[in-house]
Amino acid sequence: MNTVTTSKSFTDIVSSFQPLTFKEAIESRKKAIEILERKGLPGTKHEEYRFTPLTRALDNVFTWKHSIVSSGLGSVEPFLIPALDANVIVLINGQYAPELSTVISPGHEVKIKSLNEAFQSEQELITNYFDKLVNTETDAFAALNASFWQSGVFIHVPANTLVQKPVLILHLNDARQEQVIAHTRLLTILESGSRLSIIEKFNTTGEHAAFHTFSEEIVVAENAGLEYCKIQNDAGKTFQVANTNIHQADSSRVDTFTLTLNGQIIRNNFSITIAGENCESHFNGLYMVNGNTLADNHTVVDHQKPNSFSNEMYKGVLDGNSKAVFNGKIFVRPQAQKTNAFQSNRNIALSPSAAINTKPQLEIWADDVKCSHGCTIGQLDEEAVFYLQSRGIDKETAQGMMLYAFTAETLKTISNEALKAYVDSLISERLHKNF
Amino acid sequence: MLSIKNLQAKIGDNQILNGINLEVKPGEVHAIMGPNGSGKSTLASVLAGREEFEVTAGEAIYNDKDLLAFSPEDRAREGVFLAFQYPVEIPGVSTINFMKTAVNQIRKYRGQETLDAVSFLGVMKEKMKLVEIDQSLLNRSLNEGFSGGEKKRNEIFQMAMLEPKLSILDETDSGLDIDALKVVATGVNKLRNSNNATIVVTHYQRLLEYIVPDFVHVLYKGKIVKSGGKELALELEAKGYDWIKDEVAVA
Repeated sequence: MNTVTTSKSFTDIVSSFQPLTFKEAIESRKKAIEILERKGLPGTKHEEYRFTPLTRALDNVFTWKHSIVSSGLGSVEPFLIPALDANVIVLINGQYAPELSTVISPGHEVKIKSLNEAFQSEQELITNYFDKLVNTETDAFAALNASFWQSGVFIHVPANTLVQKPVLILHLNDARQEQVIAHTRLLTILESGSRLSIIEKFNTTGEHAAFHTFSEEIVVAENAGLEYCKIQNDAGKTFQVANTNIHQADSSRVDTFTLTLNGQIIRNNFSITIAGENCESHFNGLYMVNGNTLADNHTVVDHQKPNSFSNEMYKGVLDGNSKAVFNGKIFVRPQAQKTNAFQSNRNIALSPSAAINTKPQLEIWADDVKCSHGCTIGQLDEEAVFYLQSRGIDKETAQGMMLYAFTAETLKTISNEALKAYVDSLISERLHKNF
Repeated sequence: MLSIKNLQAKIGDNQILNGINLEVKPGEVHAIMGPNGSGKSTLASVLAGREEFEVTAGEAIYNDKDLLAFSPEDRAREGVFLAFQYPVEIPGVSTINFMKTAVNQIRKYRGQETLDAVSFLGVMKEKMKLVEIDQSLLNRSLNEGFSGGEKKRNEIFQMAMLEPKLSILDETDSGLDIDALKVVATGVNKLRNSNNATIVVTHYQRLLEYIVPDFVHVLYKGKIVKSGGKELALELEAKGYDWIKDEVAVA
């Protein structure tokens, strides 16, 4: 068996690929492979992967032969979000599937195409924006993705344009026949004064294991507004590293929601660069995991300019033998005076064998700022459960009501009603809600 | 309705109830008084089924059933209601949704049809008038940010909604000014009838001016050491609890 940690195998694997012929892609790949060969994938001695033995798991589970399985998934209907009127972009095992995708927004509102196609038709935008935000130096899995990606999505919203319908990106892994290894790349550009809502949804079907890396760059120009939602509800044998990089310019607004419900090891590297003044940003996350799932959220909020506001709220509910890792970095650079930056991470452990590692990490170089952080790990308030029981409500329902209330706050960054109803239904299902 | 015999209970290694005997019949109001630490709230908690307390001896028979064998929710479904001394704040759960869930679970247990949203609101509006509570308060998260008076009024509202046979009011007067006290007491009195009974746990006689008891019991060191009519409450108010302690010491 090849092991992913030996440097030689990376070049071998890549050489078996259909070569990318675009200048930017070739350069990006060359750089990434060089980093991978130099550093290898991170073990648990690596500070950023201390609690997330991803490399070991990959070594043990995957044969690492890199074939791209053509999928027989006829319909994506089961993976859609009910009542959501949206553009649907489908990627199967990392490959853009135009025959399953449906764009309903008019061309003057938004351009949605395969990234490979954009390398030919959108050269100026590619030159300006591609590979500017992904930090392959600091995260080996970002380098892995940059080395191996073969397909992806490109989205462009022109200036002062409101995209009426959201863009739903379905990342489907078809692991019915054999193991899947997929690497996807996305580039989204919101020009000044534009607005866009993106929903990324991840599903795996089949009994075999899947490993999925995902790197995206989202550029939010002046006065633009982005609403972003990520729903990770994968089958039990999915390993995923999702690198999301958002760049905000002056007076832009970003609202995000990250929901993790399932999977084997799910690692989110979520990085926001607030490179403008008067920005407003709300980053919410919710992980509700059980079984042996490990949900790891590493977030970075980098305030580079003065007078911006950011609020980050991640919550967790852990059952069974599940584990969660939260690491929240906030940087406030010397010139970023009058920054307001807040962070909270609250966790409820329902089972004694669930484990949570939470670490806020604030680095503040400016002196006139308002920053706060807080993290808690606790059990359900027994007095409150008793109070509900004393009114005739059974214990399970009482606990469900408490947990439902606990999670509800994180949904505030979702404005689309159909999306909110869908997320609510996923949470309700997890809680066996009957109230 | 309720027959308590030789009830003993402890929390951890701390024995608190040392053999309580009490008979409550339909239509009656019983006041349980006593100095701090005498076990008043423990008695209320044990009857409602709070798990921290362990019953070590004795029994509580409620309408021919073993009350202590029921889960807290089944006690409520059987018609026992505890008004909390410190009602819990639950962010994110509105009183209305919570009450709808409670009412319908109780109805289900009793083999009644559940109420739809419209019928529930109808019942709710009627009970709101009874206890003079505003709907805006009930739309809010349960007790979150409520004043002491609002919390206690909400307790009585819940009591009105659930129509219990046996109500236990645990220090309902604590933290209330005289106006709030009157509103709460008026609500309780309106809910009284010949088929239900009330146990009022209180430190002070004040509440009993408005909710007039048929019997007053003095609890001390986990036992009922004296019982009498409503005049006993006045005597305690005038003389304090020391003379009771002295009597017990002499005996």
